[in-house]
Amino acid sequence: MSLLWIKNGRVIDPASQRDKVGDVFIAAGKFVKSLTAAQKKSAQIIDAKGLVVCPGLVDIHVHFREPGQTHKETILTGSQAAAAGGFTTVVCMPNTSPVVDNAGTVALIKSLAAAAPVHVYPTGCITVGMKGQSLAPHGSLQKAGIVALTDDGLCVQSNELMHRAVEYAKMFDLTILDHCQDDSMTDKAVMNEGVMSTRLGLKGWPHAAEDIIVARNIILSKYTGAHIHMQHVTSAHSVELMRRAKKDGINVTAEATPHHIALTEQALGTYDTNFKMNPPLRTEADRRAIIAGLRDGTLDCIGTDHAPHAPEEKDREFDYAPNGIIGLETALPVCLDVLVKKNKFKLPHVIDLMTRKAANILKLPAGTLTPGAVADVCIFDPAETWIYDTYAAFSKSINSPWNKQKLTGRVKTTIVSGKIVYQNGKMV
Amino acid sequence: MPWHRKHLLTIEELSRAEIEQLLATAGAFRRILDRKVKKVPALRGKTIVNLFLEPSTRTRISFEMAAKLLSADVISFDAAASSTTKGETLRDTAQNIQALNADMIVLRHSASGSPLYLSKVLGIPVINAGDGAHEHPTQALLDVFTMREKLGNLKGRKVVILGDILFSRVARSNIHALTKLGADVTIVGPSTLVPHWFEAMGVSVSHHLRSALADADVVMLLRIQHERQGVSHFPSLGEYTSMFGLNYTRASWVKPDAIIMHPGPINRGVEIDSDIADSPRSVILQQVTNGIAVRMAALYLCAGGQPEHVTTPLE
Repeated sequence: MSLLWIKNGRVIDPASQRDKVGDVFIAAGKFVKSLTAAQKKSAQIIDAKGLVVCPGLVDIHVHFREPGQTHKETILTGSQAAAAGGFTTVVCMPNTSPVVDNAGTVALIKSLAAAAPVHVYPTGCITVGMKGQSLAPHGSLQKAGIVALTDDGLCVQSNELMHRAVEYAKMFDLTILDHCQDDSMTDKAVMNEGVMSTRLGLKGWPHAAEDIIVARNIILSKYTGAHIHMQHVTSAHSVELMRRAKKDGINVTAEATPHHIALTEQALGTYDTNFKMNPPLRTEADRRAIIAGLRDGTLDCIGTDHAPHAPEEKDREFDYAPNGIIGLETALPVCLDVLVKKNKFKLPHVIDLMTRKAANILKLPAGTLTPGAVADVCIFDPAETWIYDTYAAFSKSINSPWNKQKLTGRVKTTIVSGKIVYQNGKMV
Repeated sequence: MPWHRKHLLTIEELSRAEIEQLLATAGAFRRILDRKVKKVPALRGKTIVNLFLEPSTRTRISFEMAAKLLSADVISFDAAASSTTKGETLRDTAQNIQALNADMIVLRHSASGSPLYLSKVLGIPVINAGDGAHEHPTQALLDVFTMREKLGNLKGRKVVILGDILFSRVARSNIHALTKLGADVTIVGPSTLVPHWFEAMGVSVSHHLRSALADADVVMLLRIQHERQGVSHFPSLGEYTSMFGLNYTRASWVKPDAIIMHPGPINRGVEIDSDIADSPRSVILQQVTNGIAVRMAALYLCAGGQPEHVTTPLE
């Protein structure tokens, strides 16, 4: 029986409201209250003095590109990036090739995930082929092992189809994750519509196109009682819509990405495609509203939208480069900087947003250090400053706006099911 | 002050002094255009490649003329004939041209920001001949050159730019050039094509033609680029003409000594009626001629030439 004794760390577990220096014990892959004297003698000791010990981070929004686009990322490389970033549980989007609209593809992903260093959960498509025309077999997908439904990247445009999708998925207690975008308003759009897009001569993506779908989803959730989760909310108006919906007790949740709380459209002045993503970076007012939404609980969690693309795909004219950036290996330091350092969030609050609250949205067995729970742990040094280098990092792709930048807060050890999978810069 | 730029990518990044240098250099070349023998040896032995990945007639010929009058060797090719249709990236196409010993690339591209991208990839100068809806620096320079010829100092002068501003790189470059030179710029047209976002660039936005034209010293018309627009920006060309087309009556609202400009190609009977386009107040063809001088200046300076060397005879 493998035993772990994490000693003298600042133990933060939002689920049990624990935040003090102490020890964490693991036996047989689970947290335990303590170890016996005999067990302590044989336990592997991790000295966490000066470090934070918290539940392994949870990201319910990643793209691991397998099957079909393994030149960008694989389930293995994506999971390694996750582990290096302190994440122990990730939820993969279904826009692979083929898309995850059939049980066979779920089975393939699950078999690959079994060999991954972190817990990898698949999602299935809302519609067949992610084409937005007819319902995918939600029940069969759930039997095969998906944990949620989404056409991420391609928002279901038909209100009728979305209505039936949430109504149908509710029968299985499956959450719908929606990428909120009215496509008719964003044809060929590559950045936020406003002063900056006007100056740069780029086609604008108005935040109204997000707000309209957020509003629609709130209406459909209220109408059906189904749980709808808004992915990567980016606009102040959408935050306000969510705030009202939650006040009204409507069954909706939402996430924010590290990049939308850290960056704005101002970053696009040099047409750098490492700042091109969908939904796009917006204004300072939007950025502040998202942070306020995370502060008061209007927005529930952080999701990275880790979206790897090969260098030659991103190295193009801005209009032609694909959307998306990688984020797993930078999420924690970016959130520490933006939320804790610059916006005075308490550290346990930020950890809550990246662990328990993220897990709760999909009822995943993760996000706590409670005895009996699966022993997933992230141990990080909140003060260590380091240079992020995409080439030395674990993701197969390098499309990050933080490449070569100094970050503060570094993951030292990642433990999954009681096993050290990442330590001091290396996969174990 | 010596000229130090290797590329001409935007007007936005130029200082007022740099614009003045370009205009002064263009002035010297403009005088050469009136001579019997127009050719000067300034760029002899240099090869300029016009990489036009979007259709263009006037600008391409103008750049070719400019290069030839500077005694450069010039090779032009357009998208249809290029390997980009075989899936080659812009980077690879341009690096091949550089490897073929080109000394300079003139780029026309439908994607905004692509000249900046190319300037970072290549070691040779890149001249922007129009990128998407972003900028068209030499067009703005020839426009202000022509305005100066007719009106002198532009400080305090009122310039109305009328038409499809949203999709216009000519408008953006002119806005930067004119505001740097102290002119008052008003952009006019349907609200969908003249969004209020432009106010952040230091211009006034108006949807009322008559009041905007009343005190204008320059009326610059822009083509309605219906090929770039979606279906939703305005009802029809007919509606545009009825609301904003410059016809005889509306031209009478403009001061008699004001000039009328158009970067071309003009759509007669749409944004401008023929009798106005062909009237003495129209400087449309003078713009075209001045374009050669401005492009000679741009090529010459970015190839390493200095303004003061042109003001003395170049033979």
